Order: sequence, then C-alpha cells, then structure tokens
Amino acid sequence: MSELAMERPLTARIRPDGEMVGIEDYERAGGYQAARQAMQMEPRAIVEEVKKSNLRGRGGAGFPTGLKWSFVPVGPEAPRPKYLVANADEMEPGTFKDRLLLEGDPHQLIEGMIIAARAIEAERGYIFLRGEYTLAARRIARALAEAEARGYLGRNIFGSGTDFHLRLHISAGRYMCGEETGLLNALEGKRANPRAKPPYPQVSGLFGKPTIVQNVETLCNIPHIVRHGADWFRGLSRTADGGTKLYGVSGRVRRPGCWELPMGTTIREILEEHAGGMRDGLRLRGLLPGGASTDFLTEQHLDVPMDFNEVARAGSRLGTGTMIVLDDRTCPVGMVLNLTHFFAQESCGWCTPCWSGLSWAEQILAAIESGDGHLEDLERLEHICRMVAPGNTFCALAPGAAEPLQSALKYFREDFERHIRERRCPWRNAQ
Amino acid sequence: MLTPEEQKEIEEEIAHYPERRAACIDALRVVQKHRGWVSDEAVADIAAFLGTTPDEVDSVATFYNLIHRRPVGRHVIRVCDSVSCWIVGYEQIRDHLRQRLQVEFGQTTADGRFTLLPIVCLGACDRAPAMMIDEDLYGNLTPEAVDAILERYE
Repeated sequence: MSELAMERPLTARIRPDGEMVGIEDYERAGGYQAARQAMQMEPRAIVEEVKKSNLRGRGGAGFPTGLKWSFVPVGPEAPRPKYLVANADEMEPGTFKDRLLLEGDPHQLIEGMIIAARAIEAERGYIFLRGEYTLAARRIARALAEAEARGYLGRNIFGSGTDFHLRLHISAGRYMCGEETGLLNALEGKRANPRAKPPYPQVSGLFGKPTIVQNVETLCNIPHIVRHGADWFRGLSRTADGGTKLYGVSGRVRRPGCWELPMGTTIREILEEHAGGMRDGLRLRGLLPGGASTDFLTEQHLDVPMDFNEVARAGSRLGTGTMIVLDDRTCPVGMVLNLTHFFAQESCGWCTPCWSGLSWAEQILAAIESGDGHLEDLERLEHICRMVAPGNTFCALAPGAAEPLQSALKYFREDFERHIRERRCPWRNAQ
Repeated sequence: MLTPEEQKEIEEEIAHYPERRAACIDALRVVQKHRGWVSDEAVADIAAFLGTTPDEVDSVATFYNLIHRRPVGRHVIRVCDSVSCWIVGYEQIRDHLRQRLQVEFGQTTADGRFTLLPIVCLGACDRAPAMMIDEDLYGNLTPEAVDAILERYE
C-alpha cells in the first residue's frame, strides 16, 4: 500500500480528474478486502476493534463509535430487522466534507456500511442523502449496482450466509433531517421532528427496531480500521482521538477547500498552510471551527489543536471540522443574523424555546443590523441563549443556534454596541 | 389520479420499506418529477395510494424545502443564502438575479422560464457563492458568470 494511502486513508484514492472511483479501481487499491476480512470476524470482535481505535463520530457530536454500536442488542433474541443508516444529509452551513467522500469514493462508504452492519448484525441499511447532492446520488446509485452485481450487497453477501440490503434514500431537504431521530422520522415518511430519548435509536429506532445512525466520514474510516488495526489508526492522530479528519475552510481566505489531515492539526496550520491565509488586505477576526452551530473562536485560539476535547476546552466544538472564517470587512452582526435566520427557518416547530426563541432572536438581530436596535436588546439576546440551552429542547438545533450568537455577544460586543449607538451598520454603509 | 407510471415508480419505492406510508417523501418526489409540482389533488391521490390522510401528506409536503406546493417555471434556480456564500457575495448575486429576471424570491418569470428561490447551504462553500439550476451546481459565481449560465436554460 502506498505511503499516501497509509497517511490519508479516506482520500488517497480520490481521483484528481473529479471522476468517481469505480469498483475495479477500488478493488485494485485494496478495496473490499476489509469487508471480506470482517465476514470472518465475530461481530463483537469488530465492535471491540472500533472501540480500541478511539474513533469518534464525525457528524459533530463526537460520540465514541464502538461504544455506540455496543448498545445494540445482538444474538438470536434481538429484535429484527435491525437497521444501519448512513447520515449523508450534509446540511450544516459551511460544511462540505462528506460531499468529497460521496462523490469521489462511494464504494468506501458502502464497504464501511457492510462492516458496520456485520458488527451490529443489521440486515437492512439506508444511505440518507440530501436532495441537492445530485451528482453524489448518481454515483452512489452506480456504486450500489456495482456492489450488488458482485454479491457484496443483497443476499448471502461474500458467501457469508448473511444478508445486507442497502438502499439509497434521497431526502427532500430540511436541516432537521441531520438530527438522528429527525432523520429516522424522515425515513419513515414523516416530518423530521426529533423524538424524545430514551428510548435511544440503538434500542428502538427506525420502525421501532434497533438502529445505528452514523455520519458518512465515520463509516468511511471503518474499512481502514479493520484492515490495518486500531493501533495503526490511533497513530494517525496527533491526539487521543483516533484517525485523520477532513478539515475544511470557507470564507475570504486565499484557498478555500477541504483536506484530510491528522486529527488534532492546529487551526493555524489548517488556516495558514492549507487555506493559504486571509485574502490580501484582510484580517482574521474570528472563526466558527466546525460549522454554523459552533461558538466563535478568535486569533488567541489559533494554536488550538482541532480535536473534540481541545476545541471544547477553548469554549467551542469541533463539530464537523469545517471552519467558517470571519474577516474584518465582514459585519459580525450581519453574519450572526444570517446564521440565526437559518436556524429559525429550519426549526421544525416542535419545541417552543426553539421556534419562538430563534425567530425572536432573528427579529432583534435584524433590528440591530438595520440601525433600530437598543442596548437592552443585547440582554434579550443573552436571555434567549439561556432559554434554548441544552435540556430545554428535544434536540440540539436550538442549543446549536445559540453557540455562534452567545459567543459573538462575547467577542464582538463592541460591534453590536456600535450598531446601536450609530443607528446603522458600519460595514454596510462603508461599502 | 396518479398515472400508471407514477404508481409503478411509487410501488418500487414502497418495496424498500416495511410500511406503505414510509414512502411518502419518495412519492412526493416521484409526482414532482413528472409534473414539476405537487397539487392539492396530487396530495389527496398520494394519501389514498399510501393509505394515509391528505392532511398527513400535506404536513410532510410543506415541511421539506425541495417539494413545491405551487407551480414552478421550466427551470428552478436555487441561490444559496447561507453563511459562507453570504460572506463572499451572496447579496450581489441575489440582487443581480432579481434584476435580470425581474422577479422576487418565490416568483416565476413572465415567460415561465425560471422560478427563483433561496436555498440553505448547498455544501459548496469552497466554491462560494453558489447556486443550483435544476440538478446542476454552479460555484464561484459572479454577475457575468450568472448571465452566461442562464443562457444554457431555455
């Protein structure tokens, strides 16, 4: 195996010409060997290896993957069928990492799902794909057909005596579908409202059966862990979390993009070496490290390693690992208004603090941005952030929405006050 | 009435779920693929076909961003209005489209050629500002690039 494949296992096969990796090239590069290997393994042994690898969920929450799988009831008494769902509903604003994996190397996801299904003894799977990812949809459909034709999906896969039926579900679009239980409701043909937990999906999920929902990037790591082992996987990382991470940068930087790097690469290295730093004449003011629903960090945090624990220690979250950069010619109030508009619009309406609080916050921010704000408004915004804190809503949408808002009030308070004092947006009128 | 072709395609989707009503979103997508949008009549027909109520189907149809409950033009333009696009020039692209097409969001051009809609983050933040026309994604937009792209759609 090439050095590149051992350092950047998730993206090493992705073709520079933008075409997808077909099944022949995939297998020539060692693809589906891990699935064959897994068919000879006891399901519990796969779970143990994934636990040992310190792989944590790449969708944003960072829950240990092996631990999650261990909650699924197994054995002859377990309810059937059991389900495995790939969350390919990449709708977190500023996030474009799973697109790369889905368009570039769909067989890697399928192989990861075959192995994960073996580990939890699931016989049915869905790839839940957002509707706007039309190119990914065509390529996944092709990859599924290729894998079925070779007997890797369907009945008696790899001659193992077990079945795994995998289906592509194309969503009709709503941010709530990315929330685990909202996604399950959407797959059942309903509105993507969240469900109360417990029961957790691992015990009672899709159609009331044990279900694992896992982010695309998480699943794509599985074949490599099985093939090369947990120790190797942990060694890819610079911190305690295992593996590499797809990091992205968007905003007014020289080279916006997405790169697979060791887990724990610092913000500075990602921003300066890979994204090329700020565009000429612009200064960094802050960044959301892992998508729209993460707290702002600022220049003082540039040396923070991007892993789950370190970013949390700095007061934010790794989230999806795709950062959104705020420059000094962009209005922080306008940016937070844009984010809050998104969350208010995408709220499913199930919990009052969320639908009422976020639309209220949006109105207040719009007033401040247009020069009609008052100093008391800042206290009202802080009050709303407290009202939507974790524990007050069924799901993480509203607490996530509060993250950029509460941190903007902390780091950019002077800018909010200036809008109110001058009764205008200093950025808008300057342009 | 659902056409025989629509019924067949919806049945194919139903086969992949343990219950008929689970194919609700797929059924809405099938009907919209053939007709461009989902009418009140189609909502009732889908409900009957899946063994659920029109209210239930309508609550689903109106929940999802990509289902149209009103007629649309021959092509649907979706402009990303989320944060990364906003930072690098979404407002300029939006204003250019409004002026060029003489429509506001939610409206269709007089010749029925384009419907203009906002859309949440398209996951093309490295190519912002971005938009989709029908199934095609376009990034790194400038007003000039937008003009050239629009020419491709009749």
